[in-house]
Order: sequence, then structure tokens, then C-alpha cells
Amino acid sequence: MSDTLLKTIFGRLTLESLPLHEPIVVATFGMVAIGGAALVAALTYFKVWGYLWNQWFTSVDHKKIGIMYMVLAIVMLLRGFSDAIMMRLQQAMAFGGSEGYLNAHHYDQVFTAHGVIMIFFVAMPMVTGLMNYVVPLQIGARDVSFPFLNNFSFWMTAAGAVVVMMSLFIGEFARTGWLAMPPLSGIAYSPDVGVDYYIWALQIAGVGTLLSGVNLVATIVKMRAPGMGLMKMPIFTWTALCTNILIVAAFPVLTAVLAMLSLDRYIGTAFFTNDAGGNPMMYVNLIWIWGHPEVYILVLPAFGIFSEVTSTFSGKRLFGYSSMVYATLVITILSYLVWLHHFFTMGSGASVNSFFGITTMIISIPTGAKIFNWLFTMYKGRIRYELPMMWTVAFMVTFTIGGMTGVLLAVPPADFVLHNSLFLVAHFHNVIIGGTLFGMFAGINYWFPKAFGFKLDPKWGTISFWCWVVGFYLAFMPLYVLGLMGVTRRMRYFDDPNLQIWFVIAALGAALIAAGIGAFLMQIFVSIRNREALADHTGDPWNGRTLEWATSSPPPEYNFAFTPVVHDLDAWYDMKDRKHERPLSGFRKIHMPSGTGTGVVLAGLSVAFGFAMIWYMWWLAGLALVGIFATTIFHTFNYKRDFYIPVEDVIASEDARTRLLATQGA
Amino acid sequence: MTDRHATPHDAHAEHAHDDHAHGHAHGHDDHGNDHASHGTRGSYLKGFFLSVLLTAVPFWAVMTGAFKDPSTAALVIMLFAVLQIIVHMIYFLHMNTKSENGWTMMALIFTIILVVITLSGSIWVMYHMNTNMMPMQAAVDM
Amino acid sequence: MSSVSLKKDGLDEKGEPLSFYQLEEHHHPEGSSTMLGFWMYLMSDCLIFAVLFAAYGVLGSSYAGGPTPKEIFELPLVAVNTAMLLFSSITYGFAMLSMEEGRQRIMQMWLAFTGLFGLCFLSIEMYEFATLIHEGAGPTRSAFLSSFFTLVGTHGLHVTMGFIWLVTLMVQVQKHGLIAANKRRLMCLSMFWHFLDVIWIGVFTFVYLMGSLR
Repeated sequence: MSDTLLKTIFGRLTLESLPLHEPIVVATFGMVAIGGAALVAALTYFKVWGYLWNQWFTSVDHKKIGIMYMVLAIVMLLRGFSDAIMMRLQQAMAFGGSEGYLNAHHYDQVFTAHGVIMIFFVAMPMVTGLMNYVVPLQIGARDVSFPFLNNFSFWMTAAGAVVVMMSLFIGEFARTGWLAMPPLSGIAYSPDVGVDYYIWALQIAGVGTLLSGVNLVATIVKMRAPGMGLMKMPIFTWTALCTNILIVAAFPVLTAVLAMLSLDRYIGTAFFTNDAGGNPMMYVNLIWIWGHPEVYILVLPAFGIFSEVTSTFSGKRLFGYSSMVYATLVITILSYLVWLHHFFTMGSGASVNSFFGITTMIISIPTGAKIFNWLFTMYKGRIRYELPMMWTVAFMVTFTIGGMTGVLLAVPPADFVLHNSLFLVAHFHNVIIGGTLFGMFAGINYWFPKAFGFKLDPKWGTISFWCWVVGFYLAFMPLYVLGLMGVTRRMRYFDDPNLQIWFVIAALGAALIAAGIGAFLMQIFVSIRNREALADHTGDPWNGRTLEWATSSPPPEYNFAFTPVVHDLDAWYDMKDRKHERPLSGFRKIHMPSGTGTGVVLAGLSVAFGFAMIWYMWWLAGLALVGIFATTIFHTFNYKRDFYIPVEDVIASEDARTRLLATQGA
Repeated sequence: MTDRHATPHDAHAEHAHDDHAHGHAHGHDDHGNDHASHGTRGSYLKGFFLSVLLTAVPFWAVMTGAFKDPSTAALVIMLFAVLQIIVHMIYFLHMNTKSENGWTMMALIFTIILVVITLSGSIWVMYHMNTNMMPMQAAVDM
Repeated sequence: MSSVSLKKDGLDEKGEPLSFYQLEEHHHPEGSSTMLGFWMYLMSDCLIFAVLFAAYGVLGSSYAGGPTPKEIFELPLVAVNTAMLLFSSITYGFAMLSMEEGRQRIMQMWLAFTGLFGLCFLSIEMYEFATLIHEGAGPTRSAFLSSFFTLVGTHGLHVTMGFIWLVTLMVQVQKHGLIAANKRRLMCLSMFWHFLDVIWIGVFTFVYLMGSLR
């Protein structure tokens, strides 16, 4: 085959693109290939492909989609955490004579991939998954406003994850850090495929996220049960509303900036170049206009979870509901006025820096108000320290520390010393782990029984909890010390042997966290095995206060046989308090949206398109693009996308529940 | 701002698959959903002619050099742009405070605020960045 | 915080027993979220354009020793182009009026005119771009030109998408008539089309007219 023909078909993909010279990657590929093959074999042997396709992959049910998001997030957590372990190991070893075991070329990809994966493919899917699962139930709806779009959004996120994972085995990933700043990320300094993998993974996943944002805002605005005014919504729904408003408002910025970066790389425009009038500082400015709201997207749902959990496990109405709502709204708006604090040192000068320093300090106030409200909720409550509550208390302590270091960094002169040091790294892990991740674990333990009909095993959950909490402090408190001593982030090797002890402690912390993750996986495994003993038959295992607990565990496909009518805040608590009676008859057929494979197809075509663009396989890119258009247009010609659940099925389902409740003495 | 179910007159027809519309005029009771406003022939034409005017004047002003001072010219054409956007919003997009219980207007206002922050914030920040950080030669060229 | 009037005796303000379930099903009519959802998507699109405008605002005077706006903008052509888009907006408006009146064939005619004006707009724009590139004032020449081509080009891409959507909808209306689903789609396209005209107001003002003033 002639050279030109090969180049036309394969673009810049060659045999050299396979990282056969990197033993770690080859070993990883081996494990993934064997594991993947085993999984495929098992699924085939048990003949579950049809079930998976019909009941899960093509489902437009928000509950199934929520669970798929969580599965994706947990799988990607393992990948992102492997990167973390690799970094901790390298940094604990590389002193004096030892160069460690990772060369710079590899190490730079590891810290970039770690950040990208943890933010976009672990934290975002977890947050989206929980909101997807819970919000329609909390507002008494049967599904989201746009069920097909919901399915499509999930698959686009999964497609982005696939593109990132591909970079591990074909070609390489970016070596620029998780935000890929130019000029380093420009074509001149990163001519290889790494940054292109980064760009396309994020652009594809970004479509999914944006549409999911539109979906959930519309759902919360339009699909609430009668009587549920805005100030009677559960607080998690409020934080979900604000989060999704932020998503709709922030992700377009990311889309536009990455598009400009790709234009620079693909056709040679001069947006962020060093020459032809380009300005790399503009990228930094724009990307952080997205980046700051992004971190509030990550943390606001966690705040919502903590509000629900604190209230439920203290047996009391949430203290200061209105102020919680206003605080959330204020945070939402203010999150747009602080972005420059991420680059105080870039040189905008005192007047600009002071403005943003002040706004950054102001934004900590509503969050502080929330902490007080949670504490006041707990005060004089009858507190049950189930796992969700334990995670919540851990959050309160940990996030407060992280928040305080944030206010410290908000002071520009202090930031000039600490910017891009390990102090910064400690701060953001402090708030993301202490805030988002602890919130996700609280939410998972809280809502798992609702989703699956049995609780998570408390013993393994407690082990996981303590490993995580102690592990976190061991892993990150040393980083504060190191940062104050002046150690820069993203370093692969250190001259000063006095620093080593801190890195060793941090590595121990990472090992503990690894144990925590292992315990979490054990928790899931053991819970499935012991599901009879852990079963939830009432649908309300925690004596909850909001409407999701009014359904069975798991809820029927249609969620509510009759739409609830809401009279007060904490609607379910109100119903129980006033001795509502669950209707036992009078059921009707229920109108539901049909599943479809279009989302999977479109996401697959997007992966093909992304891959083609990365490797300069223009014919494939063109074909994939045409395929995407054709599939979309074809899909719109299908007007019959709904069906009715027959009344007999509704009756059967509700009667089963009636019988189950009777056995509980309800 | 309690959300209401769609009012009764919407529930009658719209399970989406009935092909009633055989070309007979239904006037106002055959919209798919809620009370989405639509214009009249008169209002569309009014909007159109206003837009033509608000476009022609700025073009004329710049092409003939009618304003001696470029900053005055800039201010005038920006004003006309804002006015024409409002005309489009009212006469073509039927913006009002009642649509979707006011959510449409609120979404628009929120977006406008963010657009203003993004534009003014970026220009302010980058002006300072350029002043402080660009190399002297490049600063002269710009 | 519950309202003061709520009593705990199972009766509401009117003294009727409280109901907690809606036994008479009055579910959300199909497509009731569509207009709001699409409006929010438009707001997000607005923000994409805001970023592109910001980029133009910051980089728009970086000529890198190359062509400046005065040298390359042909205002008469831009005026014609603006007229094309404005005409397409009014023809779409007439299409919507016909849709409300249920006059399908007239509506299709107005949609066809809209498409034609849209095509004129795109052709003129492509001619403009081709000429500029030919003159050496392509998007890679300077940051000013990069931001110009990207901002105007993104708008043009949106118009192209709108055109494809328009043709698709005309086929779908031909096939299924003015059913509720098609009307919703036509209303969404209406919002999209007018929104693009609003963006164009920003483009011709800030890029072409202001550029020619410098």
C-alpha cells in the first residue's frame, strides 16, 4: 500500500501510535483487555445483551439513566484514582538520586488525565446521576421534561469517557494540565494527538451536559406536582435548579473556548497564539469564566444532599429553609463575579485583583450561612448517625477547613505566594472531596435503598467512611504544609530531601483512600449478596420527609400511580403527619415515553467523529458527521414515541405494594 | 410563582397525534400548549418597518460619514442596535412577562446580565492584562 | 416555613377534606415543556455568541500588520445581506400567521421564501469570505481576522442549520400536516430564526459598522 493511500485512510495514525514502549500502559491494556473480554463473555453466557439493550441502554426512564450515570462515574473513579496513586508514588520516591519510575512524558499525562477524568467523568456524572434519579421523584413527576434528550445526554457523556480512555491505548493524552492552557496546548508546542483527545472528549461530553441542564431546569419549572410552589420544593430540588441554571449558563463558554482552541490547532487561527496578534491570556480569562461556575455546579447538589440528610436524620424540619434558598440563589449569581481569583498572578493589576478578591470573599458568606443552618437543624434534634449523616458531619468539618483556605487564597497578596503551589492543590481537593465527594457518598447511601430496594451494608460502609476520612486528611494536610514551604504543583522530582517525609505521609493517605474505595466496592458486593436481610419493604427506610419516599423501593416505572397534591414543605412528612390514605383503587392507564436506540447510535457516531478528527482521518470525520445529521433527522420523522402502561399492570403493581406494606404493619 | 397545569382548553386535543388541522381556521383555540403569544399581520409589519429604519440609519450614518466624531457615531449606532433588538424581541419573538409564568423573561434577563458580565468583564480584565503584561513592542503595534 | 393558614386537622381553608392525590388525571399535555426548554437552549447559544463577541472585542484590534476592518469590509454588500436576513424574518413571521390560521399551503410558500432569503444570505456571506481569503485576509492572518471569521462564520453555520431544519420541517408538514408536534417544531424554529437575526444586529453593528468607524 502506498504511503499516500495509508495516510489518506489512517490520517496520522500509525503503528508508532501504539504505546508499546511504555510497559505500564501495556500492562494496563493487558488487564483491561482480559477484564473486558471476561465481562463480554459473561454477559454473552448469561444471555443478558437483549435485557441490557432493551431495559437499560435504550431506556428513557430517568431512574435507569441516573443509575447508568452512577455506574459510569464509579468505573471512571477507578481510572482517575489509579492516576492519583501513580502520582503519589512517584512524588514519594523521586528525591536525590532517584528519578522515580515515571518519566516526564508519562507523568504529565497522568496529572492531566487525573484532573480531566475526576472533574468531567466522575464528579459531573455523579452529580447529574443523582439529580436525574431524585428530582422527578421529589417533585411528584413521572419523568423529566425531555426523556429522549436525557438518554442522549447520558450516552454523550459516556462517549466522552470512551474517547479519554482510548487515549490510553492509542496515541497519548494531553500533557498540559486539566485546563490545557495555550500556548502549551497550541499546535506549536503540542502538535501530537493528546490535546486533540482532550478537546473532543470534552466537546462531546459537553453537549450531553448542556442538554441535561436544559432538561432539568425545564423539568423543575414545569413538572412540579400541583400545590408545590417554588418555596415548597425540597431543598435538593432547589439546589438542583440552581446547579442546572449554572450548567446552561456556563457550559456554552467552555464549548466556545475549546472551539477557538481547536481552530487554532486545526486551521491555524491566531486566537491564543504567541504571534499574529494572538493572546493566550484571553484563553485563561475565558476558561475560568466557565471554570468557576463549574465548581459550584459540583458543590451545590452536595449542599442539597446535606440539607436533606441533616433534616431527615435529625428528625426535624430544615432550619432556615428560606435563607437556604436565598443563599443558594446568591451563590449562583455571585459565582459569575469571582473568576479572576484563579489567575491573580497573571498580571491584571491591583484594581482588578482587589475587585475579584473582594467578591471572592463575599461569596463565602452564603456558604457560611448554610453551615449554620445545618448546625441549627441538628441542635435539639434526635440525631441518628446512619452513614449518610456520618458523611454529612465529615463534610461539615472538612469543607469548613477547605473553605477557610479558600478565603485565604482570595487575598491577592497571599495568592501571589501560594498560587500553583501544593497549598492550592490541597485547597481544591479539600473542598471537592470534602464537599462534592462526601456529598455523593452521603447521597449514594441515602438513596440506594430507594433505587434498589435494599440498604447498603453499614459495616463495610463504615469501614469505607473511616478509610476515606482519615485517608483524606493524611493525603492532603501535608500538602498544605508543603505549599506553605513553597513547593510547586505538578512536580515530578524534588531536590530537597527534607520534603520527602511529607510526601510519604501523603502516599500513605492515598493508600488508605484506596482501601476506602475497595471497602466501598465490597459494600456494594456484600449488600447485593445480603439484599434480603437489608431489604426495604416500605419505601421509606429512613423516615424521610420528601416525596421520593412516598413510592415503593424501587419505584414502579411510572413513579406515582396518582400525582401527589402538595400542601406544605416536606410534603411526604406532611402526608404522614396528617395520616393520608394511599388510594387502593381507581387506577388508570399511564402515558409513558418509549425507549429508543437513537441516543446510543448518535453517541457512537460522535466517538467515530472525535476519533477521526483527532487522527486527521477526514473521510471518516465526514462520514460520521453525515451519519449524525442523518440519524437526527431520521429520528425526528418518528412521531410515535410513546405508549400506555395498561391499567392491569398499574393495578398489579399497586396491589403488590399494598400487600408488602401490610406485612410491615403499615 | 406556583406552576399550574395547562389550562383545560389545552387538554382536549393535544395527545400529539391527532391530525385535526385540515386547513380550517381555528383562531385562538388550537395551539398545542399554553398561551404562547403570536403576532398579527399588523404587528409583524410594524416590527419589520421599524427594523428597516433602525438598520438603514446606522448604515447611512457610517457609509456617509455623517457624524464627524467617531465616538458619537459609535454611541448612536449602538443605541440603534439596542433599540432594534428590543423591536425584534417584542414584535418577532413576542417577548412578554406572562410567557411561561415569567420564566421566559427571567431567563432572558439572567442571560443578558451574564452577557454583560462576560463582555465587560473580559474587556476590562484583558485591557489591564495587555497594559501590564504585553511586551513593549507589541503594545506599540496594537 | 408553612403558611399560617394551614391547619393540622386534615381540612383546607375551605373546610374541605385535604386530598393528597390527584385522582382525576390531568397530566401535562405532550410538549408542554418544549417552548421553555428551547428558549433555554437559545439562551445558552446566546452565551456562546457572547464569548465570541468577547473574543472579537479583545482581539479585534490585533491586526498583526495585516488588513484592518476599513480595508476589507464592503458595507454595501453587508447592507444587502442584512436586508436578506430581515426579509427572511418577516417571511417567517407571515408563515407563522398562516400556520395559526391553518393555511398549510400558504405557510409552506412563506417558508420557502424564508429559505430562499436564507440561502441568499449564506451565498453572499460565502462570497465575502472567499474574496477575503483570496486577498490574503483569511482567518489565519491575524487575531482580528480569526475572531471575525469565527464570529460571523458561527452565525452563518447557525443559519445553515436553520435552513436544514426548515427544509426538514417543510417535508414533515407536507407528510403529516399541521399536527401539534409540527406546530411546536415550527414555533421553535421561529424562535431560532428570529434569534439569529438578533445576533446579526450585534454582528453588523459591532463588527462591520464599528469596525468601519475606526
